[in-house]
Amino acid sequence: MADVELETRVVGGGDAGFVTTKFEALLAWARKYSLFQYPFATACCGMEFFAAASPRYDIARFGAEAPRFSPRQADVLWVVGTISQRQAPVLKRIYDQMTEPKWVIAFGTCASCGGFYDNYATVPGIDKILPVDVMIPGCPPRPEAVLDGLMLLQQKIGDGDRTTAVVKNTQLPDGAEEKLERLYNIRMRP
Amino acid sequence: MARIILDRLKERFGADVLETSSQHGDDVAVVTPARWREAAEFVRTDPRCACDYFVDLSAIDCCDNGDPEARFEVYVIAYSVARKHRVRLKVRLPEDNPEVDTLIPVWVGANWMERECFDMFGVRFKGHPDLRRILLYEEFKGHPLRKDYPAQQAQPLVAYREGTYDKLRPFLADEGMPLDRTFKAAQDPD
Repeated sequence: MADVELETRVVGGGDAGFVTTKFEALLAWARKYSLFQYPFATACCGMEFFAAASPRYDIARFGAEAPRFSPRQADVLWVVGTISQRQAPVLKRIYDQMTEPKWVIAFGTCASCGGFYDNYATVPGIDKILPVDVMIPGCPPRPEAVLDGLMLLQQKIGDGDRTTAVVKNTQLPDGAEEKLERLYNIRMRP
Repeated sequence: MARIILDRLKERFGADVLETSSQHGDDVAVVTPARWREAAEFVRTDPRCACDYFVDLSAIDCCDNGDPEARFEVYVIAYSVARKHRVRLKVRLPEDNPEVDTLIPVWVGANWMERECFDMFGVRFKGHPDLRRILLYEEFKGHPLRKDYPAQQAQPLVAYREGTYDKLRPFLADEGMPLDRTFKAAQDPD
């Protein structure tokens, strides 16, 4: 609620008082805690999505517990799994059917960038066909990363930010970064 | 384990069985295209073979064998539930006109496998009632499992958006999981 509080003032007036805020801030605050989701689950990440949506992780805390299997009623499109070239028109149509305001989360590495499918059959990341708000890498991502992605989306909705954001690793075990750098010849440390 | 099938085939088809081999329990017979369906029929109906179970049908692109008359090798694997033995029939097809009789009259399960073989290799099956692509889309040009098809060449049905990255670059893991974003992908005009 921090962003609403920034814009909000409590004005004293007798016992009750009243509150002023900006309409946009109030609207964004309301939207980000009532996200109806459309799960577009196509591959193995779907299992992990079910886990994240289960009571153990209590996604209802974020006001996002209600899946809507009609795109007309949904606010967030969760693209969960690999999108093949043949399926891309279906996904695009689902997105076009959603009403504004709408957001897109790419769940897992395949939806984010195609993953290890570097071939004729797979869309190399759904940002090639849709504007994506949050990418959650992982194969599959852990439920904690999914919740991080949801919180990241809420923060972006509050800020009115529509650039693509990527959920980052929380932490790696000791020595893992050096090993990954050596194995894959990449730089992970500044 | 199924030498008996090879013996029976050689006995029945003589010189039309081009070669046979047995390795690691796999018994293979290469037959001529003219007697492909007849050989399959024989393997299924002969009481000593009795291969009533259709396992698989696909092709191999042997384009590096230097023989354009035998570029494609279509194989079918059949198993006998009663006799518990398995055989693999092969037929070699030329590059310019890869066509062979359909096996649907022998095993009805060959229908979709032949469609897949047509889709991936461009091998045509004479007499197939519905020889269409099964995995890819009608607009796709070429046959992607042929070795001369560039494996990474996609043929998107939905045009890619502009300004997207080809691949997500590795991000810094040691920054922890602050809910902010350093990776900015394409600006969304919406």
